[in-house]
Amino acid sequence: MTDIPLLSLAIWVPIIGGLLVLATGSDRNAPLARMLALAVAVAGFVVTIPLYTGFDVGTSAMQFVELQSWVPRFNINYHLGVDGISVLFVLLNAFITIIVVAAGWQVIQNKVAQYMAAFLIMSGLMNGIFSALDAVLFYVFFEASLIPLYLIIGIWGGANRVYAAIKFFLYTLFGSLLMLIALLYLFMQSGGSFSILDWHQLPLPIEPQILIFLAFLVAFGVKVPMWPVHTWLPDAHVEAPTGGSVVLAAIALKLGAYGFLRFSLPIVPDAANELAPLVITLSLIAVVYIGFVALVQADMKKLVAYSSISHMGFVTLGFFMFNKLGVEGALVQMISHGFVSGAMFLCIGVLYDRLHSRQIADYGGVVHTMPKFAAFFMLFTMANSGLPATSGFVGEFMVVLGAVQYNFWIGFVAATTLILGAAYSLWMYKRVVFGKVANPHVAELEDINGREFAFLAVLAVCVLAMGLYPFPFTEVMHASVNELLRHVAVSKL
Amino acid sequence: MNFVVPDFYPAAAEIFVAVMALVIMLASTFARSVARNLAYLLTQATLIVAAFITIFTMEGEVVHTFSNLFISDLLGDVLKLMIYFSTAIALLYGRGYLADRKIDKPEYYLLALLMTLGMMVMVTANHMLPMYIGLEMMSLALYTMVAFDRDSARSTEAAMKYFVLGALASGLLLYGMSMVYGATGTLEFSGVAQALYNQTANQTVLMFGLVFLVAGICFKLGVVPFHMWVPDVYQGAPTAVTLVIATAPKLAAFAMAVRLLIWALFDIAEEWQMMLILVAAASIVLGNLAAIAQQNIKRMLAYSGISHMGFMLLGLLAGVVEGDRHFALNAYSSAMFYAISYVIMSLASFGMLILLSRAGFEAENIDDFKGLNKRSSWYALMMLFVMFSMAGVPFFIGFFAKLSVLQAVVAAGYFWLAVLAVVMSVIGAFYYLRVVKVMYFDDPIDASPIHAAPEVRVMLSANGLAIAALGLAPQALMSLCAFALLRSL
Repeated sequence: MTDIPLLSLAIWVPIIGGLLVLATGSDRNAPLARMLALAVAVAGFVVTIPLYTGFDVGTSAMQFVELQSWVPRFNINYHLGVDGISVLFVLLNAFITIIVVAAGWQVIQNKVAQYMAAFLIMSGLMNGIFSALDAVLFYVFFEASLIPLYLIIGIWGGANRVYAAIKFFLYTLFGSLLMLIALLYLFMQSGGSFSILDWHQLPLPIEPQILIFLAFLVAFGVKVPMWPVHTWLPDAHVEAPTGGSVVLAAIALKLGAYGFLRFSLPIVPDAANELAPLVITLSLIAVVYIGFVALVQADMKKLVAYSSISHMGFVTLGFFMFNKLGVEGALVQMISHGFVSGAMFLCIGVLYDRLHSRQIADYGGVVHTMPKFAAFFMLFTMANSGLPATSGFVGEFMVVLGAVQYNFWIGFVAATTLILGAAYSLWMYKRVVFGKVANPHVAELEDINGREFAFLAVLAVCVLAMGLYPFPFTEVMHASVNELLRHVAVSKL
Repeated sequence: MNFVVPDFYPAAAEIFVAVMALVIMLASTFARSVARNLAYLLTQATLIVAAFITIFTMEGEVVHTFSNLFISDLLGDVLKLMIYFSTAIALLYGRGYLADRKIDKPEYYLLALLMTLGMMVMVTANHMLPMYIGLEMMSLALYTMVAFDRDSARSTEAAMKYFVLGALASGLLLYGMSMVYGATGTLEFSGVAQALYNQTANQTVLMFGLVFLVAGICFKLGVVPFHMWVPDVYQGAPTAVTLVIATAPKLAAFAMAVRLLIWALFDIAEEWQMMLILVAAASIVLGNLAAIAQQNIKRMLAYSGISHMGFMLLGLLAGVVEGDRHFALNAYSSAMFYAISYVIMSLASFGMLILLSRAGFEAENIDDFKGLNKRSSWYALMMLFVMFSMAGVPFFIGFFAKLSVLQAVVAAGYFWLAVLAVVMSVIGAFYYLRVVKVMYFDDPIDASPIHAAPEVRVMLSANGLAIAALGLAPQALMSLCAFALLRSL
């Protein structure tokens, strides 16, 4: 281990860098803002690499820990650390930020500095969420990350952006404020500590456990999002600019799922066991019902948004199987979904930039004019439907196995996603890409340029690598997942 | 009978401000040609010097003087410093605004100074009579300031409303004080507390008195059901005066609540806590719901102020739980922190309105903020800080203010109140977000560049940045509040 505060760097390099980008000011300096933003994003990624290379896979303890007093009045600490569950998300986040900056390079011509700065600041805040070990610190990052996303959707979004931005903000704020009360209750019960790790050891009677669990369920359920509080997501996705959608799908949705693992399961394990049927039911509804909803969408972005909800339903399902396959499968699914859904939104963004339409009906025969693009889009669509050898398959298969271990029929229902996912993904692909050239606009499409090729290729490599050889990803999480499951099995009553 | 010369030293700041008020009055009569600038500069200088006097006469222990009518303690000193500070900033913001409307007469600054003096007396009163005198001094100066734009019908109407309702509230307060006197035989806070402790007070009369006292305090704080005046006065008064009303007097009212309820009536805390629970819950609900419907941003901020004062009361009502006084310090210091945070945010929010106003144009509708990001992204960012801070989103001071009062409420076991407060905060977030929305998502109606004096720009930027900086490092202010209360109790 090194003495360099790597996690602080991972948080503050993008934030300070984002402020510098913001300082470049008006659009006259747009090229400078872009270059600076890319440099900051790359730097932000580089500082996270030692987190992976220096990670000790043999222990479930927190690593790269930083602990400093922040607000002693309430015993709030600047306490950072990562374990096998969170470290991959820090890396994923830093990686996706580079892609997002690259994706907005030409498309965003209005208020470039603010756009880039918002993404960089948000990236830093999200790293903070994944590495915070103090509940207030977590909460602060969790809430603060709403502000940049609100602005991103509202300033650079589509026609109905204001509605979507406000809906997104209020939904998530509502959930997190209820969580705040739960946090304050835990603060009292633990005799004045906001340390998440202390709370893991805190015995609690069953009634408060249930209430705390429900508060967390609302907070994280909105963020995941779980059925029936998912309705903000399709709106937000449809209206957000491409970069916003990518970050939303790839990272922001993971925050809720991560919250379940860091808060709900270890802090209130008995309530989690007690209420697992509720969460499992909601997850299965998300998987099956939302899968059908995705099938009938006419808007590509909406379709992928619903597919995200369905996939995230799989993740929450995996967590509440309380077995290793389920939890690890869910984690793999989260990472994979980060790559795949990000790539899907980028592909749709590529089409949207050219035709300014997201309607499936406006396309058809794209393969004739954009063959390279069609190939990438094909790969990501396959991954989205869970084709073996892509990353999508690994997570889904593990979760299905875990579900079958838990209860055959739950596994059976969950497995229908493999069919539904294939149905909506491939049907959309068929209508957009194959067939005759639908209209003169499609006939004039230009294939992807070098920049677009680069980021799609990088993501394609990730998707395939993770599908063919998931070991480097799962290796990291074993110890922490084992420890988590052992912890959940022990009653705190 | 010997006349004992009182110890003037602890009251040096009050005496200085009183003398300076007379000096300004005379100076502006004799030096008419430069009166405006002279009065302004002298007022600012007075506030700064008074701050130094307060700092140098700070004793760290409780000192009584003037036959126990006057108390000097750390709580009073901290609040007085905040009062100078916010009055000075409010005058700085308002000067250009008043000049544009040709109402920057020397009397304005004189009244502001007298108002400050009234607040100082309120903060340092150890007896109900000086408390009342201070209150009246502050209120009369404020009524006049509201009416200062005398050719404006709205301003005069607002002043009239404020005066009539304010006089009524003063009457209620006096009546309550007289009943407390009837029940306990004294008007001195420590004497009242002693009588309650010895259980020699007549409970029925005391309770009636308490109700009137709480009503008077609630009026001055502007909380439901004594909030009617707030939106009308905020809207009708010239923005520079609204800025004054919305800031320092809240601290004075907080001091009044602390002195009357905690210093004098702590032994019946559970009685007044019951009243404050209703008042706080109603204020948070009504303030937030009514703010949604407002198109006029001064009215919106008025309703938001009502809900903020409700939040501040959450801290005051969580001190004693079933006879357990263990949480008192924590709870009261969180209320104090909330009050100070609110004043800082309120200064910036009305400061922004003044920044956008100019000769012949009042920025008072939410639409006047449209497209501010295109006109000046820096001030849009500052307003964004203020709005998110008021909504209670981190990393801003408003978040820690909400966190500390909610923590006090949860510690006291009032979960339903905490849940109500956070649900209402979500509703409240909607109207703050709408301001951010018009600034960032809409196109400007009026693309004229920002016109404001350099000192206003600098101060407003500092104010906005302070909201963020205190949100990143709230510890100093928090512990200052806790320490001041601890040393004064």
